[in-house]
Amino acid sequence: MKADGSGHIEAVFRGSLGGFSLDATFSAPATGVTVIFGPSGCGKTTVARCLAGLQFLPGSFCAIDGDIWQDQSTFRKAHQRPVGYVFQEASLFSHLSVKRNLLYGAPRASGASSDRVGFDEVIDLLGLARLMERSPHHLSGGERQRVAIGRALLSQPKLLLMDEPLSALDRLTKNEILPFLERLHARLSLPVIYISHDMAEIERLADHLILMQHGSVIGAGPLAVLQSDPALPLAAARDAAISLDATVEAYDASYGLLTLQVEGGRLLVPAPSVAVGTRQRLRISASDVSLARTAPQANSILTVLPARIVSSSVLGHGEVIAVLALGSEGHGATLLARITRRSRDLLGLADGMPVFAQVKAVSLVSGAAGNASP
Amino acid sequence: MGGLPADLWQAVWLTIELASITTVILLAIGTPIAWWLARSKAWWTEAIAAVIALPLVLPPTVLGFYLLVTLGPNGPGGLIAGLWGGRTLAFTFEGLVFGSVLYAMPFVVQPIRNAFAAIGDRPLEVAATLRASPRRAFWTVAVPLARPGFLAGAVLGFAHTVGEFGLVLMIGGNIPGRTKVLSVAIFDYVEASRWREASVLAGGMVIFAFAVILTMTLIEKRSAGLRR
Repeated sequence: MKADGSGHIEAVFRGSLGGFSLDATFSAPATGVTVIFGPSGCGKTTVARCLAGLQFLPGSFCAIDGDIWQDQSTFRKAHQRPVGYVFQEASLFSHLSVKRNLLYGAPRASGASSDRVGFDEVIDLLGLARLMERSPHHLSGGERQRVAIGRALLSQPKLLLMDEPLSALDRLTKNEILPFLERLHARLSLPVIYISHDMAEIERLADHLILMQHGSVIGAGPLAVLQSDPALPLAAARDAAISLDATVEAYDASYGLLTLQVEGGRLLVPAPSVAVGTRQRLRISASDVSLARTAPQANSILTVLPARIVSSSVLGHGEVIAVLALGSEGHGATLLARITRRSRDLLGLADGMPVFAQVKAVSLVSGAAGNASP
Repeated sequence: MGGLPADLWQAVWLTIELASITTVILLAIGTPIAWWLARSKAWWTEAIAAVIALPLVLPPTVLGFYLLVTLGPNGPGGLIAGLWGGRTLAFTFEGLVFGSVLYAMPFVVQPIRNAFAAIGDRPLEVAATLRASPRRAFWTVAVPLARPGFLAGAVLGFAHTVGEFGLVLMIGGNIPGRTKVLSVAIFDYVEASRWREASVLAGGMVIFAFAVILTMTLIEKRSAGLRR
C-alpha cells in the first residue's frame, strides 16, 4: 500500500458488520463524479461511511490524493477529514436557520483563497438566496436537500460524498435538483463520490463508475467502459445504453437538427437549439442501434456511422449485444447495439469486422436541453 | 403576609435554596451521566441506569437510613466533615444537599437521557462531517436539540426536592434555618395544631405543583411542535 496515489482516491475496506461482510477495493480518479452503483444492501453506504470516517473497519486503507486517511497505524476521525457528506435525508440542524446551517461547517478564517468555494457562489449555484432566514421546518424536501448540499460544500471539502441524495425525493423534486448537481459538476473541480442505485442519475452525472455487488467491487472504470463490458450486468440489462459526452457542432434551424460531435463520428439529433460548443451528455440505448454491412441507401435514419465490432456476446433469448467502436478504424467512442442472433448469422458479423451503425434515437440527458424547452 | 411567622418564611427560603442548589448540581453532574447512558453501548449501561433509578422505587426512608449511616460520624461522610472540623454530615445543610442530589437524580437524568437518545446519531454525524469536534458537536448540536429534556429535568428535579419528606426527616434532623424545610415544617405545624400556617404552606404547595405540571405539559407540547 503505497502513498503516492496522488490524483486518485484509493480505498480498501474490509471487515464484517453484523453478519454482512464487506471487501471493497477500488481506485478512482480524484476528479469528476464517481458513482458507486449497486443494488440496495450491497455495501455502498458502508463504503461512503468508511471514506468519511463515520465507520471504522480495522485493517482497511484509504487515501485521497496521496493523503492517507486510514492505514494500519492511522485513523483520522470524521471531523479530521476534509469531506463533505450529503446524507439521504437532508438532516439539517432543526434549531438553526438555513443561513446558520450553511455556515456551520464553514471555516472561521475568511481568507479569500482561490480554491475555496465562495458563499455567494454556493447560494447562487443552489438557488438558496430566498431561503436564508427560514427554519428548516418550513422548507420543501428539495429545498432541504439543496441546503444540505450547500452546507457540505461550504465546509470546503476535498471530497464530496453524496449518499443517494435524491432517493428520498419524489420524481418532480429529483428533476428539480438534478440540474443543480450538473451545474456543480460543471463549475466546481471538487471530486464527488455519489452513491446511487438509479441508472438515470448515473447516466446524467457519472464520469466514473464503481459497480458493487454483495459487498465487493465487481468493476470500476470510466462510465462508458463499464456500460459496454459484456462481463458486467449493465451491458446485458434490458435497458443497456451508452452515455457519451458530445460537443455541439452546429444547429440547423430550418430542420431543427443538432449536429453533435463525438469521438469518431457525428450525430444528427432533432432538438431545440443549443449554443455551439456546448458540452452535452447523450444516452444511446443499445436497442436503438442497428447494424448494416454496407452503407445503407435511401434510409430514414439520419445517423449512420462507420464502426468496428469489438466484441459480441449472446444474451440468451436469441439476441446478441455487440460492442462497437466508432470510426472506420475503430478508434472512436464506444456504442452498444442489440441485434438478433439470426441477423448476426445472416449478415455474417464477426468481431473486428467493419460495419455501419444506424442510430435511430439519441436522448440528450443533461442540461436544459434534456427537456423540451421552448 | 406579615401575619405569618418568621419560621415559616425561613422554611420556605431554605427549601428554595436547597432545591436550587440541588438542581444546579444535578444539571452539572446529570448531563454527562445522561449523555453516557444515551450513547453507551456497553451491556452494563442499564445496570447503571437502574442504580440511578433506585430512588424511584425505594421508600425515601430506606435511602435516608443508608445516608444516615454513610454521612454519620462513623461513615465516609464523617471523615469528609472532619476536613473542616465537623463531626458529621448528617443533620447539616450540606448533607441534605447530598441526599437530595441522590434522591432527585433519576428525575433529572431520565428526561435528559431520553432527549439525547431522541436526537439519534445523525445530527452528530452531520456535525462531524462538518469538521465539528465531539466537544463542539455536543455544545452546538446535542445540547440545543435536547433543550426540552433539560427544561423537564430541571423542573422535575427542583419540584421533587421541594416535595421530599421521608429522606429529609431521616438525615435532616429538623433544625430551623439549617435543615427544616417546607415539607417537614407542614408536619410540625400540624403536630403543633398551627392549622393556619399548615394550610398556607399546603395551599402554596398545591399551587406550586399545578404550576410545575402545567409548565411540563407546555414544554412537552412545544418540543413536539418543534419536531414536526
